[in-house]
Amino acid sequence: MNLTLKIWRQAGPRHRGELKTYKVKDISPDMSFLEMLDVLNEQLNARGEEPIAFDSDCREGICGMCGLMISGEAHGPEKTTTCQLHMRSFTDGEVITIEPWRANAFPVIKDLVVDRGAFDRIIQAGGYVSVNTGAAPDAHATPVPKPNADRAFVAAECIGCGACVAACPNASAMLFMGAKVTHLSELPQGQPERAARVVSMVEQHDEEGFGGCTNVGACSQACPKGIPQDVISTLNKDLRAALRG
Amino acid sequence: MTDTTTAPVNAGIAHGLYTEGEPIADTKAPAGPIAGKWTQRQFDAALVNPANRRKLDVIIVGTGLAGGSAAATLGEAGYNVKVFCFQDSPRRAHSIAAQGGINAAKNYKEDGDSVYRLFYDTVKGGDYRSRETNVYRLAEVSANIIDQCVAQGVPFAREYGGLLDNRSFGGVQVSRTFYARGQTGQQLLIGAYQALERQVAAGTVEQFTRHEMLEVVVVDGRARGIIVRDLVTGEIETHLADAVVLGSGGYGNVFFLSTNAMGSNVTATWRAHRKGAYMANPCYTQIHPTCIPVSGEHQSKLTLMSESLRNDGRIWVPKNREDCDKDPRQIPEEDRDYYLERIYPSFGNLVPRDIASRQAKNVCDEGRGVGPLVGDFRRGVYLDFADAISRMGKAAVEAKYGNLFDMYARITGENPYEVPMRIYPAVHYVMGGLWVDYDLQSSIRGLFVIGEANFSDHGANRLGASALMQGLADGYFVLPNTIRDYLAKGPFDKLSADHPDVVAARESVESRTARLLEVNGERSVDSFHRELGNIMWEYCGMERSEEGLLKAIDLIRGLREEFWRNVRVLGAADTLNQSLEKAGRVADFLELGELMCIDALHRRESCGGHFRAESQTEDGEALRHDDEFLYVAAWEFGGGEALGEMRQPVLHKEDLVYEAIELKQRSYK
Repeated sequence: MNLTLKIWRQAGPRHRGELKTYKVKDISPDMSFLEMLDVLNEQLNARGEEPIAFDSDCREGICGMCGLMISGEAHGPEKTTTCQLHMRSFTDGEVITIEPWRANAFPVIKDLVVDRGAFDRIIQAGGYVSVNTGAAPDAHATPVPKPNADRAFVAAECIGCGACVAACPNASAMLFMGAKVTHLSELPQGQPERAARVVSMVEQHDEEGFGGCTNVGACSQACPKGIPQDVISTLNKDLRAALRG
Repeated sequence: MTDTTTAPVNAGIAHGLYTEGEPIADTKAPAGPIAGKWTQRQFDAALVNPANRRKLDVIIVGTGLAGGSAAATLGEAGYNVKVFCFQDSPRRAHSIAAQGGINAAKNYKEDGDSVYRLFYDTVKGGDYRSRETNVYRLAEVSANIIDQCVAQGVPFAREYGGLLDNRSFGGVQVSRTFYARGQTGQQLLIGAYQALERQVAAGTVEQFTRHEMLEVVVVDGRARGIIVRDLVTGEIETHLADAVVLGSGGYGNVFFLSTNAMGSNVTATWRAHRKGAYMANPCYTQIHPTCIPVSGEHQSKLTLMSESLRNDGRIWVPKNREDCDKDPRQIPEEDRDYYLERIYPSFGNLVPRDIASRQAKNVCDEGRGVGPLVGDFRRGVYLDFADAISRMGKAAVEAKYGNLFDMYARITGENPYEVPMRIYPAVHYVMGGLWVDYDLQSSIRGLFVIGEANFSDHGANRLGASALMQGLADGYFVLPNTIRDYLAKGPFDKLSADHPDVVAARESVESRTARLLEVNGERSVDSFHRELGNIMWEYCGMERSEEGLLKAIDLIRGLREEFWRNVRVLGAADTLNQSLEKAGRVADFLELGELMCIDALHRRESCGGHFRAESQTEDGEALRHDDEFLYVAAWEFGGGEALGEMRQPVLHKEDLVYEAIELKQRSYK
């Protein structure tokens, strides 16, 4: 396959960025999208141009490190992470635009790399159960009804990649946050801090500069793990209950 | 066989590749019966007054299951912790990719499991090359891990009654594996990550993401800090402390292609090795049989599929080479070789990982591999579910393996319900790592090593679902209890960043970084890495021979020399520069690779996952030599000041003593 790539290049957080055009030839349809970028970077290196910076780590779709806007879609045309997207999803001769996640709360560090530290700070605000090591009762002391355990699991599948934010017209992180709130709210272990958690996380979310949720649903559509939109309903329900006292 | 006086001089010594030093006499395990040792050690280890803990600084490198859980736990205890990771968040550490599960001796199934049985299975699985005292402790604390994780809200699989489900895993006969679908590592890591973030919020832990450790600071024989590079600004920073903990993971990426994450590296542990920490059993590598094969020269990493697939899939290759490029569905039953079922009729497709891996490589080397030609070979064998689908029905297969089949289809573009899957072995985990004593302290005082980064509890081969167990055992329960004995002697003298040893460490990092950018040669970092990986896979992989290893050592030395003369790293030092990051890691892999080959060469026996061509039974099975090699090989860095220079390493042997378990040769025929 031969492709034309328009790739966002930006030297640093305070530099102006621009889309630059690159041509790649003889791309195998069995390559992953990131391997295609590896090939391009090897070519750039060979001709003395600095390679394009992009994040990736596990390349198995689970660490959440990779994430690109590919022709306007978070993680591209398939419902998966960028690292699990393969070139067979594109056609010979296609023009592909590649940009970093677009959100004020995710400032660009360089080229396609953004700073998602805001997600860590939202978790710090309450996305945990306060139990010190050694203070746990026997694991079977508290049975969890299977429907609750299953829903908690579905919500806990979030990989924190940020595609939901990138896809949202408001750059809201409600799906990310709703997933954590739902994961812990469904479990007995999450009950004691349930009210305080949601209030504190939402405050941090707003402070980070994420937008509000207007129930567009693009987040859930873009989510490579298929986190359902109803986690946001759970979050809103918990928030209402907490604020009422 | 017990007469060692007539044993020939080891080839490694004969070729001047290493020298032998003093044996390691004491691993600091308490005396007494094995079941009481850990209780005794916890009692003997000095306590630190809670009011003094905040005056003690601890640095932790790595935020996977081991580093993340240790940082959270030491933070909760009130120590002043700094934690570092090269990723953009602690939650990305590669523990997250573990699929299968975590073992614990809970005996919830009442099927005869116990601490002793888990201990026994782990030592046997490691082919009697692990340290008895540490493994027993691992089994002992395993149950606490599950309690802790459940209390954190880790969503383990449950039964309809609401209690935790277990499964049998990796060929053991009891159901002791806890799991969270195929994402156990992710869920456990997120649990540790959340506990860690809670401590960051509480102010006990300071978190440094996108920071890479490039040197350890050793002053008066004690680890007192680290030198790191801020990967965003490029700034070289000095961080000083009373103790340093490495939880930086394994070095499987020395093979270039592995199931490790792209960033997984040896730099933290290798830098410590160069500063005096012994590297133990570096050649012990685990090769996993069920990975998705390489599709071409562009391949950047390999993806593992849970070996639970071998429970129902049948492995075969064509009997005749000329059938290898045919549609497998057109190859009749009588022209198929179900080679594992043929060679190992009692275990069949469920033989241990190393046997399944080695036999797959053998049939491919014979020219009977399938899939695309990569280089001169087809590197793949079929894993066929046609029988399972006709026996159980497609729906049942889908319910059991659906997510794995989807993953396979996404990566290969083939439908495994219709066409047999192709699999090939890949490097997955390393049992080798920095040598530690019973307290998990390395041969440098104040430098502790946890998780995959240490030489661990897995001997020459690791059982499935035991890596997660060890990472969390070390981080939550073992290290926090042993490090206090060391910290109770502190706080140590306040160090200034101007101390000559600190300055020297920092300057060495700065000059090395500058040098990588100055070479400006012809070859990319990846091309060196790929070539090193090919050498390692060919000569220091599943099957090793003296001739091959000697050749590999020569090749690696040549490649390392070329690297420092001909690598091309573009960009600057004072910005995010991923080529520069990779270059530093590959430079260290080029040194590690040589030590791995020396270790493999000296160990003239087949054990665990490692087949040594010169050490096999008459019918071609692995032959262990307990008379000669019943020890941990702990290597001391031999010195070398110039970039890439390595003089002869010094071998220190730690004899393995089995008091609670009887030594046996394994047999799967």
